[in-house]
Amino acid sequence: MKDTPNNQPDTMKKPAPEKGISRRKFFKYMGTGIATYFVWTDYLASEALFPGEDAQAAPDQLSSWIHVSETGAITVYTGKVEVGQNIRTSLTQVVAEELFVPVSAITLVMGDTQLTPYDRGTYGSLTTPQMAPILRKAAASLREILLQEARKEWNLGEVELTLEKGTVQHPGNGKKLGYGSLAKAKRLLQPMDENVKTIHPDKWKVSGTSVRKIKGEDFITGKHRYVSDKVLPDMVYGKVLRAPVYGAKLLRADTSRAAELPGVQVVKEGDFIGVTANNSRSAAMALAMIEAEWEKSPQVPGNQLFEHLEESAGNTDPVPAAVSDAFDNAATKVAHDFKVSYIAHVPLEPRAGLARWTGDQLEVWTGTQRPFGVQEELENTFSIPKEKIRVYMPDTGSGYGGKHTGEAGIEAAKLAKATGRPVKVNWTREEEFKWAYFRPAGLIRVKAALTGNRISSWEFHNFNSGGAGISSPYSGQNNYQEYHRSDSPLRQGSYRALASTANIFAIESIVNDLAGMVRTDPMQFRLDNLEDERLKAVIKAAAKSFDWKRKKAGTNHGFGMACAAVKGGFVATFAEVVVDPDSRELKVLSAVTAFECGAILNPRHLESQITGCVLQGLGGALFEAVEFNEGNVSNAFLSSYRVPRFKDVPEMKVVLVNRKDLPSSGAGEAPITCIAPAIRNAIDDAVGVKLYDLPMLPSGVVPRS
Amino acid sequence: MKISVNNKEYTVEVDGNPSLLEVLREQLDLTGTKYGCGEAACGACKVLVNGTPTPACITPVTSVQGKQVLTIEGLETEGKLHPVQQVFLEEDVFQCSYCAPGMIMTAVALVENQKAMGEQEIIDGMNGNICRCCTYPAIVKALHKLTQTETKG
Ligand code: FES
Ligand code: FES
Repeated sequence: MKDTPNNQPDTMKKPAPEKGISRRKFFKYMGTGIATYFVWTDYLASEALFPGEDAQAAPDQLSSWIHVSETGAITVYTGKVEVGQNIRTSLTQVVAEELFVPVSAITLVMGDTQLTPYDRGTYGSLTTPQMAPILRKAAASLREILLQEARKEWNLGEVELTLEKGTVQHPGNGKKLGYGSLAKAKRLLQPMDENVKTIHPDKWKVSGTSVRKIKGEDFITGKHRYVSDKVLPDMVYGKVLRAPVYGAKLLRADTSRAAELPGVQVVKEGDFIGVTANNSRSAAMALAMIEAEWEKSPQVPGNQLFEHLEESAGNTDPVPAAVSDAFDNAATKVAHDFKVSYIAHVPLEPRAGLARWTGDQLEVWTGTQRPFGVQEELENTFSIPKEKIRVYMPDTGSGYGGKHTGEAGIEAAKLAKATGRPVKVNWTREEEFKWAYFRPAGLIRVKAALTGNRISSWEFHNFNSGGAGISSPYSGQNNYQEYHRSDSPLRQGSYRALASTANIFAIESIVNDLAGMVRTDPMQFRLDNLEDERLKAVIKAAAKSFDWKRKKAGTNHGFGMACAAVKGGFVATFAEVVVDPDSRELKVLSAVTAFECGAILNPRHLESQITGCVLQGLGGALFEAVEFNEGNVSNAFLSSYRVPRFKDVPEMKVVLVNRKDLPSSGAGEAPITCIAPAIRNAIDDAVGVKLYDLPMLPSGVVPRS
Repeated sequence: MKISVNNKEYTVEVDGNPSLLEVLREQLDLTGTKYGCGEAACGACKVLVNGTPTPACITPVTSVQGKQVLTIEGLETEGKLHPVQQVFLEEDVFQCSYCAPGMIMTAVALVENQKAMGEQEIIDGMNGNICRCCTYPAIVKALHKLTQTETKG
């Protein structure tokens, strides 16, 4: 596909056209052809193609376009990015379906601020429910234009034409017209038709099938270059001086010895001190030779974290009297606190940034879920207009919500500016642990009561970890929930499913305990208290596959379950555990997860996301925790921060519930939420021990009740 | 100093005693081998040294003198993928794939040393490698499939 702009490295030099959508400018940029575009607001999508000219990117704007060139090459432009969730594949499938071409005929240009329309970021499971239907309609609109062009060419009226493999077929004489020839010398640019007919999920041939990862071969041969692998001519390696602990201020630094090393340059700008060298080892040596003095500030001791989160929270709203009265008057009730530790994303590729200045133009390659956000960060850092900044986001070594920011790219850009050479900054694992951000820790306080078998009072407070998933899915009267913002001793941010994991852990533990108090089967209790049919359906599907009513294999074996509705995904996980009677060691024997997120786009990749979520959730459930004290993270290494490995994997089963009649939602988050409470409830079932903290068993041993 | 990587001789700089990983990535531009931890805890950097999976991050480059180093870039023979690569591709196991080179090199040594393997042996053999996307079950399934068909064939 010679004519796709991503193969034209010099697009940077093209002058930005003036404001407003201009067909001439668009095609000058894209090459002749036929294109459809989509605008989320009435703001024109293609303005974002040419950043600058005081174009204020509307934050709620979401747009994309698809272009067919004279050679028949189909290129899709989206600001979404690929971090392993395989949306490059699923979005390509959607377009291929509507255009009747194989997936190999399509190129997706993703997350390049110069070429793709503004996008707020790839997170929150929004790509599938928002971007996929848009691309579907845009592709269908493009198909309709191609059909119309073919009718004109053949002087046909409004007859039905068929399409196959990138060609339109004549109804009478068997002739075919390729998309390329239909696009020849044309400059057709049309907005997507909101009411265009798309192919019904029942008739999908490409969508809904397990198309393999696009460019999969590049990844298993080591050919794909992640940002940390990229090299530019004349490039040097950069490292940045870090404080010894959180909140320390630099008093003075002697960099003279470092500067004497051959090939080393020291960069000092206020509190920012960095070095560059011809290789990363020399840069690290130079950094180690800097003698810096720091002033520490008081930090929260690690063992007072939860008290601190509660005390630093603002005033709480009064709990409605009906809720507390119902609790006070109930005969069956439970109240408990849950403590949730900070955990780290640990993307296997730590943060990396590569920067090059050409005159006053800046290019930055960095692995981020928000390339346009990083562009803004760079704009603020260097006070240069956006159109002079191009951020590239090559497919990256995962994020899980941990790469919303652009630290390494900004550091590289600072060093590159000062040294006049391209600079690459690859963070070490320790830096990634200490200076990225964490999933928030939280304190959760729940009070709940039953009247008969129905929940009659529900009071739920979350301190610090967040409001996502805080609403109980259970019907019942007198519900009250509140999220309290606290002061976080560590830097915290987004994470897969945000606070849902913590909130659902608490909800599903309490609900399970309530069921136990009235001696009702915990699954039946849930079904009785739930209204959402989609949620009930996944519970039943998982129960069937797990065989919930079966006899346990022996004493100290336990079954547990949990369910949740998160971001358009419905999930239920059932787990079987066994606790060794002597050592009290826990073994998770199996986990069955049923998941429904509307019409399935790619079953294999969906299953992979679900499995990945459940197993990553297993780490946070059992042993992952950031240990810190006085501003220092003390387990900032993979040898001391434990993540799930092959040996931790229970027998895994995934049940996909396909609802072709419902719009598709994302799957990168929801399935992480239920494994922790399912295991927790299974431990209770096995040995009658109720656990309330995440991680539950850092030592792997179940305490005696 | 000279080292042999993927059956090619290279002259490399050893000032500052760099690791094999640094030399592969920065001097030879063989960036298929990844950094993940720098302390032999994740397996992202594994290469084969005389056929043995070795974490390149803690291996001083000077220690591989006179030995054969094989990296992911040298795995294909006559343009054909190694069976381990092939089965991973067919089974479509990875998500972000950053762990893939280390996984593949570890698995290559595993299946070449021992053809027929049960799942537990695969798990034991692969446990030093982390896939943070947690594609573990798919990796085990693919390798199991490979070793079963190899035995049959
Ligand atoms: S980078 Fe060598 S084992 Fe992790
Ligand atoms: S696929 Fe992402 S680390 Fe393995």
